Amino acid sequence: MNPSLRDPPPRAPRPEAPRAADVAAARDVVLRVAGLRKFYGADEVVRGLGFEIRRGECFALLGPNGAGKTTTLRCCLGLIDPDGGSIEMVGLPVPESARAARLRVGVVPQVDNLDPDFTVAENLRIYGRYFDVDRATLAARIPRLLEFAGLGGKERMGIRTLSGGMKRRLTLARALINDPELLILDEPTTGLDPQARHLIWDGLRQLLTQGKTILLTTHFMDEAERLATRLAVIDHGTMIACDTPRALIDAEVEPEVIEVFGDDARAWAGAQGRALAARLEIAGETAFCYAADPQPLLAALAQAPGVRYLHRPANLEDVFIKLTGRELRD
Amino acid sequence: MTTGRLFGPPELSLRWIAVWQRNLLVWKKLALASVLGNIADPLLYMVALGYGIGAFVPEVGGMKYIAFIGTGMVCQSAMFTSSFEAMYSAFSRMHVQRTWEAIINAPLSLDDVMLAEWIWTASKAVVSTTAILAVIVALGFGHSWLALWIVPLGFAVGLTFGAFGLVMNALAPSYDFFTYFFTLVLTPMLLLSGVFFPVDQMPAALQGVAAFLPLKHAIDVARPLVAGVVPGSIALHVGVLLAYAFAAYYVALVLTRRRLLK
Repeated sequence: MNPSLRDPPPRAPRPEAPRAADVAAARDVVLRVAGLRKFYGADEVVRGLGFEIRRGECFALLGPNGAGKTTTLRCCLGLIDPDGGSIEMVGLPVPESARAARLRVGVVPQVDNLDPDFTVAENLRIYGRYFDVDRATLAARIPRLLEFAGLGGKERMGIRTLSGGMKRRLTLARALINDPELLILDEPTTGLDPQARHLIWDGLRQLLTQGKTILLTTHFMDEAERLATRLAVIDHGTMIACDTPRALIDAEVEPEVIEVFGDDARAWAGAQGRALAARLEIAGETAFCYAADPQPLLAALAQAPGVRYLHRPANLEDVFIKLTGRELRD
Repeated sequence: MTTGRLFGPPELSLRWIAVWQRNLLVWKKLALASVLGNIADPLLYMVALGYGIGAFVPEVGGMKYIAFIGTGMVCQSAMFTSSFEAMYSAFSRMHVQRTWEAIINAPLSLDDVMLAEWIWTASKAVVSTTAILAVIVALGFGHSWLALWIVPLGFAVGLTFGAFGLVMNALAPSYDFFTYFFTLVLTPMLLLSGVFFPVDQMPAALQGVAAFLPLKHAIDVARPLVAGVVPGSIALHVGVLLAYAFAAYYVALVLTRRRLLK
């Protein structure tokens, strides 16, 4: 018998653990976007965007106006067909199974679209029916959602009497009416005052503690820095960076920033700042000095009475500005 | 969106019912005012012209003039109610309140929403048709079971003009745009379809135009029904109504997809 045709000797079973983990990880991906492209006419607004969101994550798409954030969300929801790439949401291919996928997703749109013909509680009830949530479940869920949104006792109020913050919170509650696996928020706090924004953030953090998965778009750095476990900076339809907020700050910018402003700021920056800072940027009347060791800069500033300055640790905004530039986007 | 999806046939599901129910719930809150608004105009015309002109013209085509104009008013109210609903009300929901946007983030498609709105416009036509028919019956006309066929006829008229209205809705930049449809389409339709006087009294050319008007075909069915006679050429009349309805609905669907799904 040809030895090569003999049964292979018995050996220890292949280690299953890593494969099982791979499978579990794949199943744990709530949203997978790969090579996404979208044209409007000849204008390519999304250019090969790809990212994955795992269960329990809060993933932020951060980018200036017109970066392609909302278009990406609309593709994920199956509302528009991409011109290239693939999307898998809650394990289902989109746009092919978009309807079935949306059944398990909650959406907070950029512009409030609560139903003004209904009261606060009716808005949740009617929206629940679109998902076929049965009456008993709705009856149990609505008071809890209103409590969560800080709208307990306001069931019978009309939508037109609510403040902007209340409307946003009700929209968030509405997005939870089907107990979604994935929550998609398009600029959830745009147009809100600081108090109202903090209330929304508290709500979102609470949802993350409960294990919900969140995808949000924002152009507020503090929002992304506070909420996101990971974030992608996108501009002109492509991803320029993707990591945790901390890792992005560490990787992209120097740890310390000194903002120098006042009438003489530009002159000072030219004369001294540029030599002392590791990197220096000027925007309007402010010079941004980036450095690992700020001491030489601080010492020099102490000798310059004509300028004022602010010394702070680097944050996500510094990363964002470095990556997307300072020019105005309309 | 891809061409296939833009021009594809309606993507059907039963989820449209939830949207229809949503409109019904809103309507219930203001039902009385809404019905009065829909029938006040046709009732005033019917009573004023019916008794006013009816004093000079006792009978038209073998019918008391008030019953003649009353039947015209049934069809007219179905036309105006559904047109109004498909333009002003649907436009509020689509454009001003963005209600449709909220709905299509749920597991409903725009096609579901459009179907619901279309059926809803026809449902409202049924309400005003029924209300005016009840008045005609109370005045002593239409005492035949045949007259009840006016109700499904009102639904068909609603589908036709609801679909026309939804085409306008898909194209409208603002509410003002709908005035064109009223002055250029609905008013001539009202005057040429035999609501106030028989079509065969008009010059031949106008009669030729009238033959293409959906409202004229609705009235050709409605008058015999009120008189207690089975209408002739039912298949033709209903066929014309439904052909307009389905063709216009398809156009409305494509235009609305183009407007919202981009």
